[in-house]
Amino acid sequence: MQALTNRAKPVSRKKMNLWESMYLPEILRGMFITFKHIFRKKVTINYPEQTRPFSPVFRGLQILNRDEEGRENCTACGLCAVACPAEAITMEAAERQPGEEHLYREEKYAAKYEINMLRCIFCGLCEEACPKDAVYLSETFAPANYQRKGFIYGKKDLLIPHPKEDPEAYAKAKGSRKLHPEGHGNEK
Amino acid sequence: MAEEIKKEPPANFKITIDNITIEVPPGTTILNAARMIGPEVAPPAMCYYSKLKDSGGKCRTCLVEVAAGSTADPRPMPKLVASCRTNVMDGMVVKNVTSEKTLDARKGVVEFLLINHPLDCPICDQAGECHLQDLSYEHGVVQTRYEFKRRAFVREDIGPYIQLHMTRCILCYRCVYVADQLTDNRVHGILDRGDHSDISTYISKAIENDFSGNMIDVCPVGALTDRTFRFKNRVWFLKPMDAHRDCDKCCGKVTLWNRGDEVYRVTTRKDQWGEVQNDENGKPMWICNNCRFDKKQTSDWVIEKPTSINRHSVISANHYQVKVMPHDPLDKLLNGRSPLLLMDIHEESKVNQQDVHLDELFGPATGKTFNGEPLATGHNVTDIKEGVGANTQGTDSTNPGTH
Repeated sequence: MQALTNRAKPVSRKKMNLWESMYLPEILRGMFITFKHIFRKKVTINYPEQTRPFSPVFRGLQILNRDEEGRENCTACGLCAVACPAEAITMEAAERQPGEEHLYREEKYAAKYEINMLRCIFCGLCEEACPKDAVYLSETFAPANYQRKGFIYGKKDLLIPHPKEDPEAYAKAKGSRKLHPEGHGNEK
Repeated sequence: MAEEIKKEPPANFKITIDNITIEVPPGTTILNAARMIGPEVAPPAMCYYSKLKDSGGKCRTCLVEVAAGSTADPRPMPKLVASCRTNVMDGMVVKNVTSEKTLDARKGVVEFLLINHPLDCPICDQAGECHLQDLSYEHGVVQTRYEFKRRAFVREDIGPYIQLHMTRCILCYRCVYVADQLTDNRVHGILDRGDHSDISTYISKAIENDFSGNMIDVCPVGALTDRTFRFKNRVWFLKPMDAHRDCDKCCGKVTLWNRGDEVYRVTTRKDQWGEVQNDENGKPMWICNNCRFDKKQTSDWVIEKPTSINRHSVISANHYQVKVMPHDPLDKLLNGRSPLLLMDIHEESKVNQQDVHLDELFGPATGKTFNGEPLATGHNVTDIKEGVGANTQGTDSTNPGTH
């Protein structure tokens, strides 16, 4: 059979001599190679205490954005769901009732908003389609889970923390990137 | 003499639109002649509705350039003409999409139509089947140059079924013609003039006539919407199906808009111009309010076939038309055992809950509807409900100048 690369070495079947059959020198040689790596620069980091910087265009877990007063931006217009090539996004729209004005920015809102993270391919088309600055791909991963049902993300998993009640968590969720880059959005 | 001339069948007129020549009977408008050729050359129309007598001539989106008036008088017409109101002449040469002037004028018309339009498409129930959306997408400019406060009105419920969003209205008068020509007594019309023009009923009369629901279908924008469909779902997530039933008032031939087995709304069947289809006798298939608002059970209807939707329409997005289901290899692989790890999405998902029947709710859903009170329904509220006239406080999204 022809080798795929020229690095293939045929297995040697020759009888070992005394030095080789002692094994010890070869074991020591292997341990030395291992020992040598202790002094090398580490390629790993202590995740999750330490994290690597994300690329400015990293597309992670979605967040549902709130405005500066903490009201939900999403109006359940369905553009993210129709743009989604994996059909991961579903929602139910509801009408804002009197007394809910501090919760939702517009008269219609998403009572239920779900992203199936098993389906999501993190392409970012939902973010692009959103006319209300409501959905963004953040700088976090979807954490691993033992069960499939843990990957159906509802509103409580996706909503960004309240900017007034929990400003620290809000800032953390917003990440290092600007959520409203200059010139983005056609709101005004 | 004159009688003799009348008896002779009039010869057809030859008309050239965008370099395509067609023969049409005299008395045809340029717009209808263009529609006979096809959708590529047909000018868009916001107010003209071929099934409504006297409609047209108001919105100016169908402006075309007439490069030669007729064979007898081949001079070009000095100004662009409204093609829905101009009859063809023999030897007329019309330029629509081939005319720079027309496209430029149309861009201006779209800008004018959008001056007071709130652009609240994300919450508007008409989005996806809105003619103004299509028009501004095809002919409009991306940015608005208008810097002033938009005209705004309080939303109004005219009658039990129809909701009026005057802010979105472009004053095409189609709904007025529907009331005049389809119903026996009209209770709504245009009040005031100019910028203050307001469609309303006179002193809070309710629109209850049997055929009044058709004004929802003829409205080219989201000004008149179905109260029973308010915020239920976006049209492109619903499955349109042609269906019929025996109705003593109307033809009973409709389009159902379903999610699963739930009928979310019923509309007339639309043709390629967005107008109501004609039946085999050439009569428009208007439907009565009973069929439209009260028959929200799939069992009320005989379903004929899925409605064919233009594949360029957003309504056709994510609708699959596979005749043969792809083969599922799982059965063979598992020797008939059921897989242990598959998840039933309905057990986990809170969307499309099995105990919530949005089709049975008269009004819009609220947060409670999806959180354990499946019968809870919204009150069709805006922030300001009382009073008629300009929404000066402007606290809802239909007035983007304020928050």
